[in-house]
Parts: sequence; C-alpha cells; structure tokens
Amino acid sequence: TPFETCWQLRGTLASVCRKNNKLKATAPPARYGGRHTVTLIPGDGIGPELAKHVCELFRFCCVPVDFEVVNVDSTKTSEDDINNAIMAIRRNGVALKGNIETNHNLPPSHKSRNTLCLCSSSSLQYHSGSVRQCDAQPVPARSEDAPQKHRHHNNQGKHGGVPGVVECLKIITRTKSLRIADYAFRTAREKGRRRVTAIHKANIMKLGDGLFLECCKEVASGYPEITFNSMIVDNTTMQLVSRPQQFDVMVMPNLYGNVVSNVCAGLVGGPGLVPGANYGENYAVFETGTRNTGKSIANKNTANPTAMLLASCLLLDHLKLHGYASMIRKAILSTITDSQLHTADLGGKGSTSEMVQSIMDMTVRLHLSL
Amino acid sequence: MFYMKADTLISVKTVTMIPGDGIGPEISAAVMKIFEAAKAPITWEERNVTAIKGPGGRWMIPPDAKESMDRSKIGLKGPLKTPIAAGHPSMNLLLRKTFDLYANVRPCVSIEGYKTPYTDVNLVTIRENTEGEYSGIEHMIVDGVVQSIKLITENASRRIAEYAFEYARNNKRTSVTAVHKANIMRMSDGLFLRKCREVAENYKDIKFTEMYLDTVCLNMVQDPTQFDVLVMPNLYGDILSDLCAGLIGGLGVTPSGNIGANGVAIFESVHGTAPDIAGMDLANPTALLLSAVMMLRHMGLHDHADKIQTACFDTIRDKKVLTKDLGGSAKCSEFTAEICRRVQDLG
Repeated sequence: TPFETCWQLRGTLASVCRKNNKLKATAPPARYGGRHTVTLIPGDGIGPELAKHVCELFRFCCVPVDFEVVNVDSTKTSEDDINNAIMAIRRNGVALKGNIETNHNLPPSHKSRNTLCLCSSSSLQYHSGSVRQCDAQPVPARSEDAPQKHRHHNNQGKHGGVPGVVECLKIITRTKSLRIADYAFRTAREKGRRRVTAIHKANIMKLGDGLFLECCKEVASGYPEITFNSMIVDNTTMQLVSRPQQFDVMVMPNLYGNVVSNVCAGLVGGPGLVPGANYGENYAVFETGTRNTGKSIANKNTANPTAMLLASCLLLDHLKLHGYASMIRKAILSTITDSQLHTADLGGKGSTSEMVQSIMDMTVRLHLSL
Repeated sequence: MFYMKADTLISVKTVTMIPGDGIGPEISAAVMKIFEAAKAPITWEERNVTAIKGPGGRWMIPPDAKESMDRSKIGLKGPLKTPIAAGHPSMNLLLRKTFDLYANVRPCVSIEGYKTPYTDVNLVTIRENTEGEYSGIEHMIVDGVVQSIKLITENASRRIAEYAFEYARNNKRTSVTAVHKANIMRMSDGLFLRKCREVAENYKDIKFTEMYLDTVCLNMVQDPTQFDVLVMPNLYGDILSDLCAGLIGGLGVTPSGNIGANGVAIFESVHGTAPDIAGMDLANPTALLLSAVMMLRHMGLHDHADKIQTACFDTIRDKKVLTKDLGGSAKCSEFTAEICRRVQDLG
C-alpha cells in the first residue's frame, strides 16, 4: 500500500541520515542538559494555533526541545519584528515558522516577511531552498503519487525596479545554480533516489535558464548512478497532472519551484498535508510546504495540523532526535488513515484538537509497544 | 413565384489556412473536409509561412502570406516546426510580432468520453503574449551571472485586461481572476494588477478577483471547477495554460486562439508536428478542429460552430471510432469521416 511504501522510505531516511553527518547543515549541539532551543515564529492566520499544537505535542512526548517564540506583526511596516526573528534564528540555528502574510498593496519598500526571514542573503546565507516531500498518503488524492521531492532555489529571485514601464530582473548565477544542483544530487544519492529532473524554460530564457541547466548537467556528470533529464516547466505541469509517477527528484529555480511545489501539494491532497524545509549552510527553517496563512479558517479549530506537525518531525530529524521524529511521524501517518478524524480540507468534519489528541494517544500506544 | 431564402445571402468569408509541418497538412485537410460537410460559409486560402529574409536582411514571413492575412484577418494554423540552427527566429514568434498577437486564449473544457481525473473543467486562460518574462532581453553581467529582464507595461496590461473582460462579457462568463505574484514582484505584477482593477471598474457585471499564482496552482489541481476566466502575464500564462490543457487531456485536444490588434486573429493547434506519424493517416485532428470551432464563434457563426463541436464530442463520447492517442485504433480519415457523417445528420 502507499502507506507502507512511504513508511519504509521513512525508515531508510532515518538510518541514512544517522550515517552521513556531513551532508546537511549540522544542527547546533544541544546545550543545557541535552535540550535544544528552537526559534518558533507562529506567523499569521492558522499559524499561532498550529504552533501551540506543536508545543503541546512536544511537551506531551517529552521532546527535549524548548521553543523561543518570536512574534512577527505583519501589519507593521517597520522591520524591527522581522529583524528580531532573524537574530533569534541566527542565535539558535534552527526555526519552525508559520506563514507570514504580505500586504501586496503596500509599496515595494515593504518586503515580504517570508522572504526576508528565509532569503536575506546578507543575514542568513540560505542556499538550498525548500524540500517539499510529497509522499503518497492514504488520503483521497487525485492521483496515485510516487514520492517526490523538490528543491528550489530560495536566494535568487525577482526584484522590482519608470512609470508605465516596469523592469523586473531575474538573476541566475553559476555559483548558486551549482550549489542547488549539488544539493539535489547529494540528497538524491543519500536517499537512494534514482532520477533528478531539472525544470527550466531555457528555450525562451536562453542565457538565464540555459546557465541553470548547464550547471545541473555539470553536477550530474559526477553522479553516474543517477539518471538526469530536463523538462520545460509548462510541459512539466502538464505531465504532473496526467502522470506524476514519472518524477522522482526535481530541481529548479525559484519561481518554477513555487509553481511546481504547489501543484504537487495539490496532487497529494492539499496544503494541509505537505511539510517543507529550508536548509542552509549554517541554519535550517522548517515550515509548511505551501505558504498559505489560512486566514479564513483561523481560530476555528478546523485547520489540518498534519503539514506543520510533519514539518516539526523534519526539524527533529535535523536535530538528530530521530527516535522522537520517527515515533511522532508514525503516529501522524496512522492517524491520517482514520477518515473520521479528517479535517474539512480532506472532506471531513474533524477538528484540529481532536486530531492532535488522537496523535498524542497514538504516540502512547507506539511507545508502549516498543 | 420564387422566394429567395434568407440563408443564400450569407456572405462567404475567407480564412487564411496555414497547414504547417509534420501532421499539419493532414489535419488541415481533415478540418476543411468537416467544414465542407457542415456547409460552413468559409473559403480557404492556403499559405506557407516559412521565414524568408526580406530587404534589409530582416527575417519576415512571405509577403503573400502577410497579404492574405491582412485581407482576411482570420487565420487557422497547424503546428510549425521550430528549426534549431536555421538562423531565423521561431515562426510562432515571428507571426506574433508581425500581427501584434497580444492575447492568447485557451478555453479548457472537459471532453465527455475522454476521461481524465478531472471532470467538469470549464475555464479559459487568457495570457498576455507580447512582454513579461519573454521579452528576450538577457545579459551576462559577468561570467557566471546572468540577468533576464521581465518587462511589464501599462499599455499591454490594460489591453489584455480589457480583452479578458470583453471576452467574458461576450461569452457570458461570470468572473475574471487576475493571477499574479505581486507579493514578491511588487512593482511589475503590481502594475499588472492595478490595470486589471482599473478595467474591472468598467465591467461591474463581471466579478473580479485576484489570486496568487501558487494558490491558483494549488487549487487548480484540487478543484478546477472553481475557476472561470483567468487573466495573467506571459510566463504564468504559459505555465497555467499548459497545466489546464493537461487537466482536460493534453495538447492533442486543446484549442487555442491568438488575438491581435486591428481585428486579426489566428487560431491554432498547440501540439507538436509529430514527425514520427506524419503522412501515415494516424493523426488526431481534434485540437485543430476545436480551434477552428473557436474561430467560427469569433466570427459569429455560432450555429455552425455548435454543430461541428457537437459532432466531434459525440464521436469521442461514443468511443467507436477514435484515433490512437484517444485510445482507439481508427485512422485519421476514418475519424474525420465519422465526424462528417454526424455533422450531416445534424442537418
């Protein structure tokens, strides 16, 4: 069953991570009696309630993690809040983050808080962007999906810059393209993945995406056991809705990554299920796979906590707390199979708190059976 | 006494037919046959658009093709191959520039009988086709650093927004959604969005909404029925229109139209030239046929359009005569003949 396959994959994931310490950003060592401090940014919309549930669950399972909560008020135009958050992330090295709303009607000087938090190259040096793991879940989804992972490049992006005519620059550099391609192939090898597909639009953006593609090809030559192919982004979305099983690991620049990761999240059941991770050389930030604030369902106890809870498991793996990560993940995945507990986004009537309670009960059962 | 029947006074319209390459000629022939069976008041002028070098060394489409299009104003085009090292730019690009084809319109409707995981899709993507990320302006700033320029202008944004609302009104659609990423690209997409909002003021009968590109993608693959008309800049349009085509079954069954300034419109199939099956009577003419139907509607010939579309969909729904890509084993000519038969039966 898809559930079993995805479960086996998790097992492999955990053991490989233990062996290869150098491949990802090393988590800061635990201080104060083996406990880690993690920055927690609740964000907007459903963020605060989900953050509470994560704390609740971790406390219940006696996870040796203390959260340093930093609130970012997205309605303020001053950047003090977000600068405090960035400092806290820098201090702790690791963060769990809810989505922060951006008022796009404000002038360009008011930058997206999510972007500042993750991509300020001057402050945090993130490189390999989001890892969205879209696994086959035993939940009604449009298609039988094979596990896929996507990376996209968080740092380079578009910036604004004449009344009536606006020029927006998209920058692609060799250094960063090589870095993300390297990350993609290394992780593919680490996790036993067989194919890496580069997504691009080099037929139109010949120099920019052409450079990206060239870098991917260069890195691919160092990984002969992994099949490398490339696909144009518009064809990719078409293929994703008809035959997503053909994809394994996908690597691409920023904007396409945004599109593709949202398409994939939709394919496996929606934004409530998919976790995301942002890895850098020195820091790591975990969040939901798609950045939605869920404003309309905030504080109604109907949000699906799965995405955020799975993100917290990715966080635990990063901190090398694999036992806790495994147990919580197992509990989440088996709770999801119970359709009585499905929240509204999965077509059910369950509440967030019922689901979290059920997950906590399941961890007890799992712990006792170990 | 003799009476002159009203319909003998319908004027016959000329359409420039560009068969294209690969399977182009055979699917064009199929469409012309079906139109004949439907007694559509169209005469075809076949033209070739392979680029030639004009005076001054600039690449251009052959003058007789341009003259025909300028006269007829309406074109139907099969797939054109994009040569890799021929020196001239993509033909599609050249056509777009020559006739200022600023709007690419793709109606995506689920085809009964051609099953996909998505049912009841009925939306239209309207894509700005002249600027945006496809400005073609790129520079290598220093070795290893490339800058691509995305251009958004007030005029182009206003023009496409106006077209989208006009289209919605003329085709009785209820809402128009602007797709953007203004949270990140505050100035460029912000300008596009502002123009859409301004134009929306003049079309209060149509509901206007805005949605982020990633949210559209997320929702599109979960429930495409929530979308009606979508208007967006070039790159997002490229990606979304192909995504929507995938929802209904792919490029082999998706129609497409390009609207230009000065009343010019070119309708086309957007699939490839399929050189591996060219000339073997295996091709599926559905995409080109549905584009031709779009053309008929554009010209106001709704009765003929409905007749041909019904015949086509009925044939596919019946599943008795289908080309290989639709899951059957019939030849192109057999599929065409079946549609012709139904068209004639529909009177």
